[in-house]
Amino acid sequence: MSSQDILLEVKNLHTGFNIDGRVHHAVKDVSFSVKPKEVVCIVGESGCGKSVMSLSVMNLLPKHNGKIDKGEILFEGRDLAPLSEKEMNAIRGKDISMIFQEPMTALNPVLTIGYQLDEVLINHTTISKEEIRRKSVSLLKQVGISRADQIVNEYPHQLSGGMRQRVMIAIAIACQPKLLIADEPTTALDVTVQAQILELIGKIQEEVGMAVLLITHDLGVVAEMADRVVVMYAGQVVEETDVDRLFYEPKHPYTKALLHSIPKMDEKRDVLNTIEGIVPSLKNMPEKGCRFADRCPAAMDVCREVDPLLGETDKGHAVRCFLYEESFPQNSDKRAEVQ
Amino acid sequence: MLIYTLRRILTMIPILFLVSIVVFTLALAMPGDALSGQINPADSSPEYIEEMREELGLNDPVYVQYGRWISDIVQWDFGRSFTHRMDVTELIGTRLPNTILLSVMSLVITYILAFFMGRYAGRNPYTKGDYTIQGVNYLMLAIPSFVAALFAIFIFAFQLGWFPATGSVGSGLETGSLAYWGSKLYHTFLPALVLGMLVTASYTQFLRNDIIESAQKDYVRTARAKGTSENEIYNKHILRNSIIPIVTLFGFDIASIIGGAVIIETIFSYRGIGELLVSSISNRDSAVTMAIFLMLSIATLIGNLLADLLYGIIDPRIRVE
Repeated sequence: MSSQDILLEVKNLHTGFNIDGRVHHAVKDVSFSVKPKEVVCIVGESGCGKSVMSLSVMNLLPKHNGKIDKGEILFEGRDLAPLSEKEMNAIRGKDISMIFQEPMTALNPVLTIGYQLDEVLINHTTISKEEIRRKSVSLLKQVGISRADQIVNEYPHQLSGGMRQRVMIAIAIACQPKLLIADEPTTALDVTVQAQILELIGKIQEEVGMAVLLITHDLGVVAEMADRVVVMYAGQVVEETDVDRLFYEPKHPYTKALLHSIPKMDEKRDVLNTIEGIVPSLKNMPEKGCRFADRCPAAMDVCREVDPLLGETDKGHAVRCFLYEESFPQNSDKRAEVQ
Repeated sequence: MLIYTLRRILTMIPILFLVSIVVFTLALAMPGDALSGQINPADSSPEYIEEMREELGLNDPVYVQYGRWISDIVQWDFGRSFTHRMDVTELIGTRLPNTILLSVMSLVITYILAFFMGRYAGRNPYTKGDYTIQGVNYLMLAIPSFVAALFAIFIFAFQLGWFPATGSVGSGLETGSLAYWGSKLYHTFLPALVLGMLVTASYTQFLRNDIIESAQKDYVRTARAKGTSENEIYNKHILRNSIIPIVTLFGFDIASIIGGAVIIETIFSYRGIGELLVSSISNRDSAVTMAIFLMLSIATLIGNLLADLLYGIIDPRIRVE
């Protein structure tokens, strides 16, 4: 596929944190891509590197200890990883924008909604103040906020969590970005509001014609929103495919376990299915072998000895597991041409 | 806002009443009374002293004396200073402008220094500049103000000769002329600097720590995600939040600065309220002492009210509707 058809391409990304003088990789060798107007979901448990990956794309890692070590983040063919803060600022909020998990704290408590919305337009456009304010009001209306002309003069604490997330979405889409990164946008909201916000993101995505990189741990959200899905585990991509195949033909034991842990409507159970154990912490990553081996019901001896690779089993379906011969290093020529 | 302010002023009345009782009790507890400072017991007959005590009402029951005092005060009569031979209101009136000038100047110096040092240190934490500022801070916090005042006089007045060592204005200047005011400011600078030292150090530290903490907040990440420049982030997003705790301290510091002025004014022989208080205490001039104590209490109460009102202005979350 030609590079024009790809909006964002993350290649062999390694993002590390410096803990007690040692670099630990929260994201290790992650590659995936997003096409224009496509919705790609990144799923995985807490602590598997989803958020760090998305912050790496925006170059918003905590400055004192987080760092992109290796790899490329190609946005429209241009590598973002080595860009300076100033060059990044020209892209953030304009071409790529982001909404976060916690709408309650994501807005500045002492600045008005209007100011915070105007700011992104001031940063990236040259239109007059009055026009900016008019645009802000219409953006608030676009994300379904009534009384928009009053809300611009109000402060975040006067709004509910769902309203604040709508404001965040308004800020994110203000400059009609090509890519919206949504890092668990509905996790902190209650269920009815979750549905509204997802619906809004879907609606806006069509209106603006942007691609969405949606980070979530909720497979319900994936089913609803995604075109393609990247499953992450312990900082690595373990499976990548389109949404139908993910639900109907999951390959990686981790994906299967995730799907198995969703309670079913027509099934009566007292105990929920879970995956035994937890994601290994940054400091306790296995040195070699498959990172899921300790929790995997199908683990073999080889899994603890050799690092499996992400190999394409069928067209557009890649998996990192020794149950599939494509993951063996000796077959690496077949490796990950997944796009 | 107006109703809130009025309500707050009304609630001050019972507090002031309690304060007045405390002040009165303290004055009673001081050794001697108005009379013992005025006459020499060695050459006055005990009968005469007793007569005078009766005449001045010092033999009346305590509650009668208190009632007399408080009803005079309500009529803006704070009694007479017998050492200065003038009405207390008039006496305080001559001294108060000096103290106000000293306090305001001290606050201005404090805020300017703390703002720039705190902002720099908060934005560049754990750098050489930050460590230098912190070192200066600890010095300012650790040295008692009377020691610092002596050092300041020694270094800046005697050794370098940059500032006058004592007094509040140069002699032979026409009151109200430009040279007069210039001389006043010149005389006030050094005591104001020393007076504000402690507060400067704590403000700088507050501001620095709050900026460092605020820089980690989610809303800062949001601002970055919008493409806002680092300067804007610090000057608008972070500073607006970090200034809040400092503004609330402002009200309390009005009281602490006036309190500190007592020591500083005495050392610099600066003719203000503080110097008057100290001399009145040693002269047993209880009318003056009580009036000043009462005044300081009122200043504290007003300072607190001011802090609350300012807090509301700067932090929308607690704005009074």
